[in-house]
Amino acid sequence: MKYEKPGIAALTMVVMLSAVPVVAQVDLTGTWQRVAQNDNGASREPVDLLGMPLSADGRAKALSYDIAALSATERQCQMYPPMYAIVGPFPLQISMVPDPITQKLLAWKIAGWGDRDETVMWMDGRPHPSKFAPHSHGGFTTGEWEGDTLTAVTTHFKLGDIKRHRGFSSDRATITYRFNRHGDLLTVTGLLEDPVYLAEPFALTEVFRLTTNPNSFPLTACEPIEELPTLHENPALVPHYLPGKHPAMNEMTERYNIPLEAVLGGPETMYPEYRKRLKDKYVPPPPVAPAGGRGGRGGAQ
Amino acid sequence: MSRVLCVVVAALIVCGLVRLEAQRGNPQPPRAPRAAAPIDLTGYWVSIVTQDWRWRMVTPAKGDYQGIQITPEARKVADAWDPAKDEAAGEQCKSYGAPALMSVPGRLHITWQDDTTIKVDTDAGMQTRFLRFGSVQTPIDSARDKPADAPRTWQGVSQAQWLTPRPNVPLQLRPADRTADAPPLRPTGGSLRVVTRNLRAGYLRKNGVPYSENTVLTEHWDLYKRPNGEEWLTITTQVEDPQYLPNARLVAPVFKKEPNGSKWDPTPCSARW
Repeated sequence: MKYEKPGIAALTMVVMLSAVPVVAQVDLTGTWQRVAQNDNGASREPVDLLGMPLSADGRAKALSYDIAALSATERQCQMYPPMYAIVGPFPLQISMVPDPITQKLLAWKIAGWGDRDETVMWMDGRPHPSKFAPHSHGGFTTGEWEGDTLTAVTTHFKLGDIKRHRGFSSDRATITYRFNRHGDLLTVTGLLEDPVYLAEPFALTEVFRLTTNPNSFPLTACEPIEELPTLHENPALVPHYLPGKHPAMNEMTERYNIPLEAVLGGPETMYPEYRKRLKDKYVPPPPVAPAGGRGGRGGAQ
Repeated sequence: MSRVLCVVVAALIVCGLVRLEAQRGNPQPPRAPRAAAPIDLTGYWVSIVTQDWRWRMVTPAKGDYQGIQITPEARKVADAWDPAKDEAAGEQCKSYGAPALMSVPGRLHITWQDDTTIKVDTDAGMQTRFLRFGSVQTPIDSARDKPADAPRTWQGVSQAQWLTPRPNVPLQLRPADRTADAPPLRPTGGSLRVVTRNLRAGYLRKNGVPYSENTVLTEHWDLYKRPNGEEWLTITTQVEDPQYLPNARLVAPVFKKEPNGSKWDPTPCSARW
């Protein structure tokens, strides 16, 4: 077979290749409402580091934290690092970013919401920036498909709190996300690694359900404002606690009988064998009163 | 131009014939689930307890149902929780049933019982789950009421199914051209879906939060291999109980693979700890 023009051969090849399966992917487009029943977003007690694989520095950083620091303008946005997509209360609004020429998928975008910066997961294989590049609250994210799993890696994000006022990640941290869609459910597994504040990877999951009736109120990225006049009258004031002086250090122990050594976290606290260290030290608290009180009743709310 | 069109059409026809022939000719017998496994779940896995620590690692106070949605009827049952009564009845394993078991801190030992059955042993509570694959062509949901004759057990009857990546991709989802040095995309992997019924009524939490025998448990087991060689497992767990849960309970416990069973620590069920 002889072609008069090389272009015809090329076109033929393109057509034939397009009939071959390329790679498996799923559509993540839509608004996904969080539906998992877990304590990702709970923060009843100021010192609750249970199961967090904090390093010694990470624990010291967590125990120095006074929530009033969030009112300092330069710190107001540190509550919204990329991990906030998993621990925050808001749904995920995911959309496709098409290539302007070919209309093929260039990136997935998770819209900014409730002060969390938007996340653009570049799918075109572009490299991450130099380690000297500026960091943002949202960071820089690339993604790729592994079968029907979307794996995304985020770098270049600023210091931020990682589980609703419980512990921090540094600006050297990275997050690897796995997005698994199962029908109308989307499971996101986040693996946070930080050479500064974590001794081992910190894994969190969240489950979302696709909704056709989203309660949407997208907000802009975090915008610092003046919250506490005293902080602005005295810019040198940074709310904090000195080592060993956190006033809520013993709150979990007093409320739930959980030994302080467990409350302060560390990688050993997230493994099953840690239960052996607790067995002779722990006594369940008295029953919770029906009207509420210690421990919280929970239920069908 | 008409010549170009003819070539293109011919190419499409050839491609179609080739694929049609592949479907018609020399039909291959379906491979056994073990041989067809798109992911390897076998080995020892340890649960990573970074979520719900206060309700999983220790026995919470009676009446502490924070973070779990239950009906008023369930609340009455839970308020009557009496571990001594469970012990006397020989029901120390009520909090180790399949709807709760994967959230119990411990280790899993996953093996193939035979070519169609995955066996999941736990050291916590010394329980065993059998995840049985049916006919490749039979959706597992079609057997919804089938196991009703079998005796109800803590682990129930689990039907398993491999979910493999779809071979065809909608055009708009195909990735844009990648840079020359980008790693190639890998059309690999898969997921395990498990539906469990015929359960004996038990507890979602150690402190007596109940699930009924009409509970249906649906799980998706997803495996991740990291560049450093680590393997992680997330089990998306959906518990539906028309009696005690107003909404499906969804959690996703995480496990990390261990190189061997040196930390395997069989421990009997306990109604109190």
